[in-house]
Amino acid sequence: MSALTREETEALIQEVLEVYPEKAKKDRAKHLAVNDQSIEQSKKCITSNRKSLPGVMTIRGCAYAGSKGVVWGPIKDMIHISHGPVGCGQYSRAGRRNYYVGTTGVNTFGTMNFTSDFQEKDIVFGGDKKLAKLIGEIEQLFPLNKGISVQSECPIGLIGDDIEAVSKKAAAEFNKPVVPVRCEGFRGVSQSLGHHIANDAIRDWVLPRREGKAFEGTPYDVAVIGDYNIGGDAWSSRILLEEMGLRVVAQWSGDGTIAEMEKTPYVKVNLIHCYRSMNYIARHMEEKYSIPWMEYNFFGPTKVAESLRAIAALFDDKIKEGAERVIAKYQPLMQAVIDKYKPRLEGKRVMLYVGGLRPRHVIGAYEDLGMEVVGTGYEFGHNDDYDRTIKDMGNATLIYDDVTGFEFEEFVKRVKPDLVGSGIKEKFIFQKMGVPFRQMHSWDYSGPYHGYDGFAIFARDMDMTLNNPCWSKITAPWLKQAEPEAAKKAA
Amino acid sequence: MANIMVQRGSKTAYVFYLPKRDLEDDIVSMEFDTPEKWGGEIKLNNGGSYYIEPQPAPAKLPISLRAKRLDAAE
Repeated sequence: MSALTREETEALIQEVLEVYPEKAKKDRAKHLAVNDQSIEQSKKCITSNRKSLPGVMTIRGCAYAGSKGVVWGPIKDMIHISHGPVGCGQYSRAGRRNYYVGTTGVNTFGTMNFTSDFQEKDIVFGGDKKLAKLIGEIEQLFPLNKGISVQSECPIGLIGDDIEAVSKKAAAEFNKPVVPVRCEGFRGVSQSLGHHIANDAIRDWVLPRREGKAFEGTPYDVAVIGDYNIGGDAWSSRILLEEMGLRVVAQWSGDGTIAEMEKTPYVKVNLIHCYRSMNYIARHMEEKYSIPWMEYNFFGPTKVAESLRAIAALFDDKIKEGAERVIAKYQPLMQAVIDKYKPRLEGKRVMLYVGGLRPRHVIGAYEDLGMEVVGTGYEFGHNDDYDRTIKDMGNATLIYDDVTGFEFEEFVKRVKPDLVGSGIKEKFIFQKMGVPFRQMHSWDYSGPYHGYDGFAIFARDMDMTLNNPCWSKITAPWLKQAEPEAAKKAA
Repeated sequence: MANIMVQRGSKTAYVFYLPKRDLEDDIVSMEFDTPEKWGGEIKLNNGGSYYIEPQPAPAKLPISLRAKRLDAAE
């Protein structure tokens, strides 16, 4: 099917909105748009970061998910207590595949779940005593932890526990950072506020800890911020930066440690991959420590080369040469990947609906494979995300914010993309509809996708999904035979 | 009153950032822009305008400030 024109896309949006009651229709209409590259500011065409409508299927998470699951969780040598009932921590445990090096349960704790397991009596009488006891137990059982963070779940805010006081007391007692994070799930409209709260907690409780202490720096110190090492993403990014001569002081927060984070104020440049979840801390460090920051994109060889050059431009000639050397080294390898997969994937159309940075960042990687992204959307993006997306997307393509389950299905039915990239909740719906699908939150249990090494895996995975022979077997054999017969009768 | 951040820009001298609204925009005009007196009424590219209490120019940017909203473009 050929691409939809602007009018057709607009008509499609109107058609999909038809089923809603008047009020819901008015609200949802603001979140769906046809891309127009001439628009400078996204808020003229799309509204974002608003409360989801009651009654629709939204795919968003909560503030706790944003703080514990995204920002704090991957810090491997800290213990993150899911403070509250047991479920929030247990059902999100280790689901994001933030890889790390270390011995789990001894000096790293990434995939473990620590919770205060609130019971009725804790809600009635308060859970501060339980939290203090829990921290004591952790110190006894896991003495090699480098710090503790207390990630609040909804009831903590509702009953008004004073986790700050408990944390301060425990921090003094054990001489370790104990960070209270007020990321109760009911705050905000999505996980986005959780990212902000987590960033603020890092700003207040972590960054000042090494102020004024000696640090042996080099002129080439950088920090990789907003890379959560999903399937090893941060590693395949880090080696490129190191190969071009930079020194990566800190990884935020995939495979990261609290010591790295404390040293970040001494770096020369902060490199931001996930803008949505970590721009707050970058802006803070720019103001307080005068550290410039820049966004980069490590998806697909075109964007990697572009980003490496942009990063090198902030440094001296040695690094610029290094960047060119790295690009030249990987160029033939990448050409081989493209030569192999582009003929199999060329012209295929993709629809995305993910969160954070991916709805715009992976477009370049698809384009390198000759594929086209015909629809994209953020779960919890803000205006500034859409500002950046408009330029990356083709004209008259679909953009949807916080799309509902119904809308997404209807869009896919009509636009008929060759591939859909979204989360696990959408995966089986679309596969049963016969549409090839990749789970793009944690790379469908594959990865890494960042950097040059990641692109080879990305290309293989896309090919594996799209050209899988199973898609021709979707229609049952007896139904397939029925079709020509019916056609014969009609004729 | 809103917490805002003023930073250096590439196209214009200053860029305005309002974290609460994720609004990042160029400042097209600033009433006072001398080392002694800095601030006053600022106009944004999107048509909005804010008021910063006039003060000596900040030693370094970006800087977080309190600003009064005069007219927000919507």
